Amino acid sequence: MHSNGYTIGFALVVCVTCSVVLALTAGGLRPAIERNIAFDIQRNILKAVDLYNPRTPQPPAVISSLYTTHIRGFVVDGTGRIVPGKTPDDISAESNSDLLPVFARIDNQTITGYCIPISGMGLWSTLYGYLALRADGETVMGITFYKHGETPGLGGEIEADWFTANFVGKNIFSSDGELVSIRVAKGAVPKDAPADTRAHTVDGISGATMTGNGLTAFLKSDLERYLPFFTAVRNGQPPVIQGV
Amino acid sequence: MGIMNKKTKRIVTDPMWDNNPISLQVLGICSALAVTVKLDTALVMSLAVIFVLTLSNTLISLLRSFIPSKIRILVMLSIIATLVILTDQILKALVYDISKQLSVFVGLIITNCILLGRAEAYAMSHPPGKAFLDGLGNGLGYAWILMAVAFFRELLGAGKLFGYPIIPDMLYRMGYENNGIMMLAPGAFLLLGMIIWVQRAVSGKVEE
Repeated sequence: MHSNGYTIGFALVVCVTCSVVLALTAGGLRPAIERNIAFDIQRNILKAVDLYNPRTPQPPAVISSLYTTHIRGFVVDGTGRIVPGKTPDDISAESNSDLLPVFARIDNQTITGYCIPISGMGLWSTLYGYLALRADGETVMGITFYKHGETPGLGGEIEADWFTANFVGKNIFSSDGELVSIRVAKGAVPKDAPADTRAHTVDGISGATMTGNGLTAFLKSDLERYLPFFTAVRNGQPPVIQGV
Repeated sequence: MGIMNKKTKRIVTDPMWDNNPISLQVLGICSALAVTVKLDTALVMSLAVIFVLTLSNTLISLLRSFIPSKIRILVMLSIIATLVILTDQILKALVYDISKQLSVFVGLIITNCILLGRAEAYAMSHPPGKAFLDGLGNGLGYAWILMAVAFFRELLGAGKLFGYPIIPDMLYRMGYENNGIMMLAPGAFLLLGMIIWVQRAVSGKVEE
């Protein structure tokens, strides 16, 4: 039987050793992990603006150069105006500030699309992703999800190509200019639905109605925050970005 | 391995078949269900468990005469937890995509009963060499069941193996469909049940 002093001493030694080992590895691996996270975000933005197809994976160097050539990040405020001197890196996705990050897709010095981060509750978890609109500020260019905890095979299908592909070409504004966002239907969109409904609705995932409802709700609220910005874009006042 | 006598060899081979941690002792079921949708996640998870289990068994065995028995479970858990967080960080740095898919399950290796079970039942009372082999054997026993379940789940549920399409397009055009239940936890339960059934039929083991 060991004495109490020995027991406490032993516990202390174990704790300190474990902490030192963990602190050293965490510190040593942090640059690599942060690089991976940044790379993952770049890849998802590229996917949303239709510059990257996960079916044909590209080496990290290609993705990074695609990103630097084609993507310009900037920050807008609640009135849709660009905040000078700020980059999307300055604001974290979780913060509730009025500042909103936008990633523009640039081709030959012209803006061809706008990508915004989206996030909100699905059924079990918070979904994180990106939504990209074409240069008209109303037609969907693409949507991706990079983090979620939904059931694989059910809600997890939001990541699947067949689901995200349905968003492409949909319109977030109704014909009379009202922000209607995109609604995820319960099951498939009826074939006889009016064209106006079809333009704002995508097929739902069977077995994942709640995930779809969550997505419908946060897509709308996220787009509402960007409404002033996209209204300006629609009115022919695209943002002026340096070097474009 | 040539110098291993029969008894030492059994330390490794026993947990592979006769005393398998999953199919016989029914430990570590939760992760076996969660990470076996695809072979690559199951493989990485298996390697992570083998790594943590052999190291934790060896370390605990080395320390066994110094560990005060009053706090031995806490000490074991600290060692296991440290190794698991270490593994998680290494996976995040090396195979980020797979570590994203494994999400919390690498962290949950801490609560995998196989680890604490082997530490308490074996490492605390055997020398480091034997404890290492015991950890390796149990890790491999866990791994092959995971791989077997993942093989059938990915093949029947997605028509792929390691992400490569296996089922020819022709079959799909003829009306073949992937089996959705294999993508969900019940599919893993069914497969695990069948593996246990087959194994017991072969080994003739009967529950006392």
